Amino acid sequence: MNRDRMPPLALVLTLVGAAAMVAPLVWTVLLSLKSNAELLQDTGAAFRGPYTLENYGAILKGDMVFRWLLNSLIVSLGTTAGVLALSSLAGFAFARLDFPFRRTLFVFVLLGLAIPEQAVILPQHRLFAWLGLHNSYPGLILPGLVGSFGVFFMTQYFRGLPRDLDEAAALDGASTFQIFARVLLPLTVPAQATLGVFTFLGSWNAYWWPLISATTSDRFTLTVGLASAQANYAQTNGLGYLMAQAVFASLPILIVYVLFQRQIVNAIGGAVK
Amino acid sequence: MRTARWQGLAYVAPFLILYAALLIFPLLMGMGLSFYRADLFGAKVWTGLGNYGRLLSDPVFLHALRNTFKLVLLIVPTLTALTLALAVALNRRTRGAAVLRGVFFSSSVLSVTIVTLIWRFVLTPDAGLFAEVAQALGREPLPWLSHPDLTIPALALTTIWWSIGLPMMLFLAGLQQIPSDMYEAAALDRSSRWTTFRRITLPQLRRTLLLVVMLQTAAQLQLFGQAQLLTAGGPSGASRPVVLFIFEVAFVRWELGYALAAAEILFTLVLLATLAQYWAARPREDAR
Repeated sequence: MNRDRMPPLALVLTLVGAAAMVAPLVWTVLLSLKSNAELLQDTGAAFRGPYTLENYGAILKGDMVFRWLLNSLIVSLGTTAGVLALSSLAGFAFARLDFPFRRTLFVFVLLGLAIPEQAVILPQHRLFAWLGLHNSYPGLILPGLVGSFGVFFMTQYFRGLPRDLDEAAALDGASTFQIFARVLLPLTVPAQATLGVFTFLGSWNAYWWPLISATTSDRFTLTVGLASAQANYAQTNGLGYLMAQAVFASLPILIVYVLFQRQIVNAIGGAVK
Repeated sequence: MRTARWQGLAYVAPFLILYAALLIFPLLMGMGLSFYRADLFGAKVWTGLGNYGRLLSDPVFLHALRNTFKLVLLIVPTLTALTLALAVALNRRTRGAAVLRGVFFSSSVLSVTIVTLIWRFVLTPDAGLFAEVAQALGREPLPWLSHPDLTIPALALTTIWWSIGLPMMLFLAGLQQIPSDMYEAAALDRSSRWTTFRRITLPQLRRTLLLVVMLQTAAQLQLFGQAQLLTAGGPSGASRPVVLFIFEVAFVRWELGYALAAAEILFTLVLLATLAQYWAARPREDAR
C-alpha cells in the first residue's frame, strides 16, 4: 500500500465519485423523513424541513414489512446453517478421507461452479411444484443449499490444516467423526465465518427464486415484498412511506456489513490468490 | 477396514444427493424440455430443434439479445476502468482511504429491490433527484425510465452504482500482491506515475483484470431484476434483456419449452465467457 498522499486531481475525482455514491442514499433518507402529503405536491421539499418520523412510526405500528423481515431471517439463517453443515462434512471427506470415486465425485461437484441460476430455475420451479414445496420455508431454503462453492471452499481449507493433528488424534483412538468434529472443525472457524457471511448476504438479497416460489404475501421475503410494494406504490401509502420501508429494510444488512466487514474483505482478497 | 473405505461417502452423501436432485437433475431436465413444446403445467409435444429455430427468427428474442449485449458493452468496460482507477487511488494506508473504500462498497450489500427503489426516485422525471437537479439548473428533466434511447443507459447507470464494490475490492487485493520492491526500483528510475502504472501495475494485475471482466460479463449477461423492476423492459421492449424475456415467456405466456430453449442459449453464452477467461489466463510460454 502507498503511504503517500493522493495527487490532487485523483483526490478530487475520488471525492466526486464518493458523493455520487452517497447522493442517492441521502436522497432516499430525506424522502423517508417527509410527510407524504408534502411530497405529493413537490418532491423538492425533501431538501427543506420540516422533517418528521411519521413514516417510520407507521411502519412500527404494524406492517407486512415485519413479516417479510422475519421470513428473510428464517430463510437466510436456514440457508447459511445448511450450507455450512453440508460443505463442512463434504469438504472434510474430500480433503481427508479416501473413498471410492472420490476424484470423480469432486470433479462432478466442481461442474456446479459453471451452472448459472437461469439455466436451472425454471425446471426447479416445476420440480418444487410437483413436490408441493412452493410457499414454504423448505421451498425457499433448499435451492440455496446446492451451490458447489461452499464445498470447494471448505475442501481447500481442510486441505490446508496440518495432517499431524489427525494422526495424533487417531493414535489416541479417536474415531473419524471425532477427528472431524472435535479436532478439525474448531480450526475452521475463520473459513466458516467467511463462507457464512457470504451465504447470508447472497440468500438475503436473492430475488428471482423467492419471486417465483413465494406467491402469497405472508411468505414473501423482504426483497420480494419490497418489489410488490414498489410495483403498486401509487395505490399504497405514498412515497415517503415507501422510502422509509427501503431504509428500514436496508438496516439489518448494513449492520451485518459493518460487523463483518473484515471477513468480507478477506474473502474477496482470497479470491485473487 | 472395508467399512472405513466407504465411510467417506456418508460425509459427502448429504450434499451430493441434494446437488444431484436439485441442481443437476433440473439442469438436464431443462435441456431435455427445451426440445418440447411444453407449458408450465405438464403438457408437452416433441418439436426437436423447433424452439431454437423459432427463437432465431423471433424479433422479440433477437431484440432482447441485442439489449443484453448493449448492457454488457456499456457496463463491463466502464465498471472495469472505474474500479481499477478507484483501487489504485484508494490503495493507501490512510484512514480517509479506508472510509472511502467502505463508501464505495456499501451499495453492494443492498438487494436489487432496494437499489431499484432508490434509483426509481433518482431517475423518474416527475419526482426524482435528477429532475430536481435539472430544474435547479434550469433544464428539462430527461425521461430516463420511459424514452427508448435512455432506458438502457439508465439500467447501466443503476447497475454500475450497485456493482462497483466487488471489482474494486478484487483489484485492491490484486494490488496488495504486487511485490513492493518493483515499485522501489521504479522510484529509483524516477519513473512517472503513469509509466509505473503501465509498466508494473497493469501487467501485474493481468489475472485480476481477466477475473473481473469474466465475472462481470457472466453477471451482466444475466441482468434481470433491475430491468424487471425499473423499466419492466419497456418502452415496448427497448430495455428487455434476455433473462426478462425468459421470465416473461415462462410466467406470463407459460411456454416453458420455449423459455428453456432461450435459457440454454444464454447458458452457452455464459459458459463461453467463462471459458474465454480461462483461455486468456492460461500461462504463456513467452511470459516471464
